[in-house]
Amino acid sequence: MRAMSKLLVADLASHWKQGVAIVVLLMCGVATLIMSISTVRSLEASQDRYYSRYAFAHLWAPLVRAPEVLLDRLAQIPGVVRVSGRVEKHALLDFPDMLEPASARLISIDRDPQSEINGLVLRSGRLPIVCDQTEVVVSELFAQEHRLKLGDRIGANLEGKHEDLVVVGVGLSPDSIYLVQPGMILPNNRLYGIFWARKEKLSAAFQMQGAFNQVALRVSAEANVDNLKKQIDAILEPYGCTGVYDRQEQESHARLRDEMRELRTMAFLSPAIFLSVSAFLVHMVFSRLIAMQTEQIATLRAFGYSAVEIGLHYGRLVSVWITLGVALGIGCGLLLAVWLSEIYRMFFRFPEILMIWFGWEWILAVSLGVAVALLGAVSGIVRAMRLPPAVAMRSAGSQSAPAKSVTQLRLLGYLSPIGRMVMVRMLGNPWLTFFSILGMGLGMSLLILSSFMEKTIEYVLDHQFSRSQRQDLQLAFYEPRTQGGLHEVQQWPGVRRVEGYRSVPIRMRNGLRTDRLVLLGLEPAPELFRVLDQADRPIDFPLESGLTITGKLAEKLQLRVGDLVEIDWLEGQNRSIALQVERIYPNYTGPAAFLPKATLHELLREGDRISGLFLSIEPQDRQQIYRRIQETPAIAGVTDKHAALVNFRDLIAKSTGWMRLINGIFATLITIAVAYNSALITFSERARDLATMRVLGYRGSEVHRILLLELFWTMLMAIPVGVPLGYLFAYALVERLDTQSHRFPFVIDPRTIAYAITVMLAATLVCGWMVIRMTKRLQLISVLKVRE
Amino acid sequence: MSNPKRTVFRALQLTKSYTMGDVQVHALRGVDLDLDAGEFIVILGASGSGKSTLLNILGGLDTPSSGSVRFEDHELTGASESQLTQYRREHVGFVFQFYNLVAGLTALENVRLVTDIARDPMGASEALALVGLRERESFFPAQLSGGEQQRVAIARAISKRPDVLLCDEPTGALDVKTGSIVLEAIAKINRELGTLVVVITHNAAIAAMANRVIYLSDGQISKIQTNATVISASELVW
Ligand SMILES: Nc1ncnc2c1ncn2[C@@H]1O[C@H](COP(=O)(O)OP(=O)(O)OP(=O)(O)O)[C@@H](O)[C@H]1O
Ligand SMILES: [Mg+2]
Repeated sequence: MRAMSKLLVADLASHWKQGVAIVVLLMCGVATLIMSISTVRSLEASQDRYYSRYAFAHLWAPLVRAPEVLLDRLAQIPGVVRVSGRVEKHALLDFPDMLEPASARLISIDRDPQSEINGLVLRSGRLPIVCDQTEVVVSELFAQEHRLKLGDRIGANLEGKHEDLVVVGVGLSPDSIYLVQPGMILPNNRLYGIFWARKEKLSAAFQMQGAFNQVALRVSAEANVDNLKKQIDAILEPYGCTGVYDRQEQESHARLRDEMRELRTMAFLSPAIFLSVSAFLVHMVFSRLIAMQTEQIATLRAFGYSAVEIGLHYGRLVSVWITLGVALGIGCGLLLAVWLSEIYRMFFRFPEILMIWFGWEWILAVSLGVAVALLGAVSGIVRAMRLPPAVAMRSAGSQSAPAKSVTQLRLLGYLSPIGRMVMVRMLGNPWLTFFSILGMGLGMSLLILSSFMEKTIEYVLDHQFSRSQRQDLQLAFYEPRTQGGLHEVQQWPGVRRVEGYRSVPIRMRNGLRTDRLVLLGLEPAPELFRVLDQADRPIDFPLESGLTITGKLAEKLQLRVGDLVEIDWLEGQNRSIALQVERIYPNYTGPAAFLPKATLHELLREGDRISGLFLSIEPQDRQQIYRRIQETPAIAGVTDKHAALVNFRDLIAKSTGWMRLINGIFATLITIAVAYNSALITFSERARDLATMRVLGYRGSEVHRILLLELFWTMLMAIPVGVPLGYLFAYALVERLDTQSHRFPFVIDPRTIAYAITVMLAATLVCGWMVIRMTKRLQLISVLKVRE
Repeated sequence: MSNPKRTVFRALQLTKSYTMGDVQVHALRGVDLDLDAGEFIVILGASGSGKSTLLNILGGLDTPSSGSVRFEDHELTGASESQLTQYRREHVGFVFQFYNLVAGLTALENVRLVTDIARDPMGASEALALVGLRERESFFPAQLSGGEQQRVAIARAISKRPDVLLCDEPTGALDVKTGSIVLEAIAKINRELGTLVVVITHNAAIAAMANRVIYLSDGQISKIQTNATVISASELVW
């Protein structure tokens, strides 16, 4: 076997370029998978740890006011592990340099808030103490947005009384990973934050001594949650409780859950496709590489080497590459996972990250990938072995005459010998050509898969922010107001159009399925805030139209047109009503419900009231309008759609952007490796003919044309293969991204296809060029010395 | 040769050496040589004596380490890659031991590969007719015998009406009978077109066909023998 070891080294050395392509292919497949799985597993573990270490609640109950003694009663319910009662109030903040109204949710804390339910994570500074000033810990994002420093004072309006709040710390909590101001649709960390203050101070300011208005509970793992909810509801009802809700209905958790779910889908599906594709490509490369070894195999057999020994030789050859590719892939994947986890840690603001290095999924997936790749080598060897050595030595590879069907093609008659060489070779070895095309097509499909989401997101944003929501500003009042508020705003200079809406927080129930959301009462034919169906047609709300819900809500509550649904009002009078679902509109937004405004008034037994306004304005009057808003005390909040859009883009870029970027890079690498490999194989199968032509007096550039033509044709034919495959993969991903809160439309922008083709073309050209550089150094003489 | 001597190749003090690690291999050690138009030259010598090296340098496939080669009024030493390509394209025809036909092209198309780029080629069919393969022109290399393939290679080499035809062991892979058919084809080109022909061989008998026989040994010319009479391939005693 000594000689075989030498042969192994020689084979490795003479095929190092192909080796590089194989190693890169496997590395990319394995690295995306390991990166994704490790990142997601680590994030999930970190979220769990965050939730358990800071005692994230299982149940919440908002109420008007209850005495603290009630907490003992709640704690005694079997299944309840811990209870905490807090005072939570809203306060308008006074930032002299801001035109928009900023506000905060004030939350009461005790001496040791870090170990309370929904514990406070102190990021900097210290905890508030009871002294003659009111000290607060400010939520991290709000502090960052305002560049708050410890010791800063913020003026606040606590139910009419002005008070200066002193920032002594910056913190966060597991229940406010995402924070949206009540009445608003999108988070805005500049306009809304959380301030934690000592209970003593808040109770005094809001006349809540010995009382609370928000309960959070942790329950044991075995507890029957539905049962518990009923018991707690019963106890708290007299105190103005609008209903107990669980984690699934808690805003921050629900968003985080969907975010993680999307991440997980992206993390498992795309890399699985990536690894399958790269394993398949390696399979192809191996079987082709070994097909080119037919003569060497025959020679070895002629010397008397057994099938096992020869198999072992090639087995060792490919193992070297596989091992290298997998090892590099694991290394790269884990490194990237550490880096990505840190990025996500900052994004989700987890206090710490718990790295999970190891996952059975990836052991399984990597072994499968390796098996597929090895199979390619084995099938190649088996095929080479099946030929009798004598035949194999004589008819190595492409030396046989092309099939009749090819050579009799009319078309060939019109071509120059060079064109004919390309055509005859491509058509004469249809399987080889097919695999080259398939390889490039797969590379292209990965490019599409890794890049189409960007345009999909753009489509959704455009749908949401320009076609559906045509307002510039949304104003929310503290209290529902009469139409007078609308007329007043209409008079403001620069206001083009105003539309009032009535919004009521509700809980919708269908049997055991519930969802907390805002019921919107809209004008019969809204012009600014429009609800669109899937075909982008605006939906009207004539008086008789009844309850309209989105497809997502129907899915979540399992509702069909004509079903009766229970609605609990979570504001004001504590009542429930039943309504019939009149229309269900599938679209790309999350769960939402709409009524004609007048119908909503009727149900609420109220007059013509509005909760807020949608405004379209003259852009140049923005400042002036903001000043007006500032002068209008009834306005609790403003959402500037354009600012929100910027925030939203930023959010998306931060959340899934990195992972998409890395996948894009790997897809490009895979494409390059495939193109490079095609070029290499084309070249080595061609080397002899090319050298012959050079000897006959063909110029380098003329010979290169053959290579480039062949690569170019292969690429061209790969387009109709790659595009449908890309669509298929993208479709699978979109289907899987269908979460509870929203779904994505399946749109593939022509630009995505153009991008994939461009990358493919560039890769082909670059690889063609690299191979051409090899022909320049082509050893004319040595090629001619050896027999084919 | 009745017409006055016209020197086609003039080589002066040609050397070629390869450095392999610490070892220097001297393939040619100072070769002086004049080859005239219309001559039939045979190069004989032991394996490794530098025959192919010399032929490749004459054909512009390789460059000498020192010394100079002139082809008519072209200085080959120091010529650029593209000048050498141009030289091969216009003046040289090659025939190799292993035919080197393009497998995907028919006999005729293999010849057309050359006629397409030559300045004053003969017709591809005409070239095949010269080697007696007119009726095989639509065959692919794999469908031809070794001798026929070699004749296609010769047809391809001469179709551009080259000034020199360089053959490196053209009969090396062929049996006696086929070999003599191939040699006859080469001799015919020499006779009818007046092409300077250089044939490398291991078969001393072939030397009888040559005007001059050059003996190479260890990178040097050990002897040049001029034949008073030249015999045809069919008269060779192998
Ligand atoms: N690329 C190369 N690198 C190193 N040495 C070489 C190379 N090409 C040829 N040689 C050496 O140069 C010498 C002459 O080689 P050449 O091919 O000219 O011999 P030859 O006379 O044609 O032999 P044969 O009859 O076996 O074909 C040999 O010793 C050979 O080892
Ligand atoms: Mg030789």
